[in-house]
Amino acid sequence: MESSVDAPPVDGEEGTSVGAGTAGVRLEGVTKRFGTFEAVKDMDLEIADGEFFTMLGPSGCGKTTTLRMIAGFEQPTEGKVLIDGDNVAGQPAYKRPTNTVFQSYALFPHMNLEENVGFGLKRKKVGKAEIKKRVADELERVGLSRDAKRKPAQLSGGQQQRVALARALVNLPKVLLLDEPLGALDLKLRKGLQVQLKTIQRDVGITFVYVTHDQEEALTMSDRIAVMNAGRIEQCAGPEDVYERPETTFVAGFIGVSNLLPAVATGPNEVKLDSGETIPTGDASRFSSGDRCYAVVRPEKLTATTSGVAPSDRPSIDGVVETSLYLGNSTQMTVDVGNDVKMKVLIPNASEAERQDLPGGGSRVKLSWTAENMHLVRESPEEAAGADPIDPTDNNTEGVTK
Amino acid sequence: MKTLRQRMVPYWLLGPGLVWLALFFVLPMYFMGELSLKTGSLADGYQLTWATQNYTDAISQYSTQFVRAFYYAGTATIICLLIGYPLAYAIAFKAGRWKNLMLFAVVAPFFTTYLIRTIAWKTILQDSSPVVGFLKFVHLIPQDGRVLATSGAVIAGLTYNFLPFMVLPLYASLERLDVRLLEASKDLYASTRTTFFKVTVPLTMPGIIAGILLTFIPAAGDYVNSTFLGGTSQAMIGNVIQSKYLVINDYPTAAALSFTLLVIILAALMLYIKFAGTEALMGEDEEPA
Repeated sequence: MESSVDAPPVDGEEGTSVGAGTAGVRLEGVTKRFGTFEAVKDMDLEIADGEFFTMLGPSGCGKTTTLRMIAGFEQPTEGKVLIDGDNVAGQPAYKRPTNTVFQSYALFPHMNLEENVGFGLKRKKVGKAEIKKRVADELERVGLSRDAKRKPAQLSGGQQQRVALARALVNLPKVLLLDEPLGALDLKLRKGLQVQLKTIQRDVGITFVYVTHDQEEALTMSDRIAVMNAGRIEQCAGPEDVYERPETTFVAGFIGVSNLLPAVATGPNEVKLDSGETIPTGDASRFSSGDRCYAVVRPEKLTATTSGVAPSDRPSIDGVVETSLYLGNSTQMTVDVGNDVKMKVLIPNASEAERQDLPGGGSRVKLSWTAENMHLVRESPEEAAGADPIDPTDNNTEGVTK
Repeated sequence: MKTLRQRMVPYWLLGPGLVWLALFFVLPMYFMGELSLKTGSLADGYQLTWATQNYTDAISQYSTQFVRAFYYAGTATIICLLIGYPLAYAIAFKAGRWKNLMLFAVVAPFFTTYLIRTIAWKTILQDSSPVVGFLKFVHLIPQDGRVLATSGAVIAGLTYNFLPFMVLPLYASLERLDVRLLEASKDLYASTRTTFFKVTVPLTMPGIIAGILLTFIPAAGDYVNSTFLGGTSQAMIGNVIQSKYLVINDYPTAAALSFTLLVIILAALMLYIKFAGTEALMGEDEEPA
């Protein structure tokens, strides 16, 4: 997971005024208020040198505001922002060793690609010959050498995005900030650019701080993900941890689809569901006996069998199939298990014969799983970020996920 | 395939404007051009004699007034730009909820006629006015000095009267400026000052050019400010044309002067467009694909 931490800067441009290496970022007790609205609440965060770090969350969760505070477009109301150990809070953006890739690209329409990409180096008073070379190299990297003399308006969205990336990377910033850089592109293009971005990050070894509301994108690209909700970080961990071992109901619900069963912890590996059954779980040592919690199991970890024939060594729960949706590569079942709880079950389309045998609507089924695939999560302090006032700076276009 | 009816739509839409222009612009221009080449008097009637000396006489006799008109208009335009740009910038970015009120304040003078406003300035600048008293008090002008009937008074009047024509196009282009481009510039190590000159100014060039044209062209032909705020040695070419037409009734000379003014302004405009580029004049509006 931490594969790129030690990667040295690849462009052998030593001894220039920019790009003297990469650096980590630390936020200490950072709060940002817009009037009475608290966009970011007392946040502590440590991003390692060379890490691909993602802030993931719904619109208005404060992720873009946090990014803008690292960039210097916003100043924190309280707290410190440290880049490479220096507190930069209060410093304007142009004095910080960061560069940003904007969601809208923000390419200068009156300049051609070469001028756009060379803008930062020119301000840094880098020599003309060197600017020319580095700009050419960077345009080469993103595959737009032939378009150097064209204006941004003559390019497609995906090409503009690559120019925006080149314009930031050419300065070899200590930290590269990316604000939903793929948000405005269509799915296919996005997938391709995800891979490209990740490859480039490995090559240059620069710390990437990436903001997105697309959970799949976050899981694919990141070394670590901070899942944010209502101005707070709900969980900060690697993609596998966030997906397999969510800590809160919000994380469990925002990343992938989760089945949440209200319960009370009864032991280090045991939980009593509100419906009465006491069942074994994965590690529940974070909870003390008697704590309210939710038992979480992912839809693909469930097996549905016709009543009565569940393997006896597996925990299980009885229910009635409500709907069964054919999704092509899988079938999604909704199973009513009583107490107003509906569970989603995802059954891979392994063979057509098997699929034909699946229990249909109205059938009684037994859902079973292995004990270590069930986790306990606590209830998020503030559920449903969508009900919060919208962060004024968070202009993310929602509804483009997947 | 479009039907004939559909294809005719653009012409129908253009029609009223074209007819209006033909009747009230092209036709008068034709008569005026003809008039400028005639000789005679109002009493005896005019004959078309292709009198090109009307032009040579007009230019040699009134070159001072031509130069003065362009000098006054040019100075007023520069002052308008220097006052107007910060004003438009403040209204577009800093005014917040006062934006509409401030825009209204810019347009408000139009509710009074041009003439009345200029005459009001005459009152403000007359010898016994408190304003002139104050200027004398702070020794900006000598104790026996005047403000009225000086170049300064005429330029001040022109500046005041044409300022809204500068502010409005500037405001329109600043308002459309994507603030994220300014953030991008600062993100790329450009200070506030560099950002202004490398990003803000180039991107608002259409507004700057429109403002300059809308201020300079009418100011160059203006005679009201000079009439009320200037003396005889502040006469602009507009004053000469006005007096030739309405006082002396020397129509051919007046027409020749008018045409000369028109040609000079057009020539200046051509040079200006060539220098500034039509792109800047027409605006660069293509949206990203």
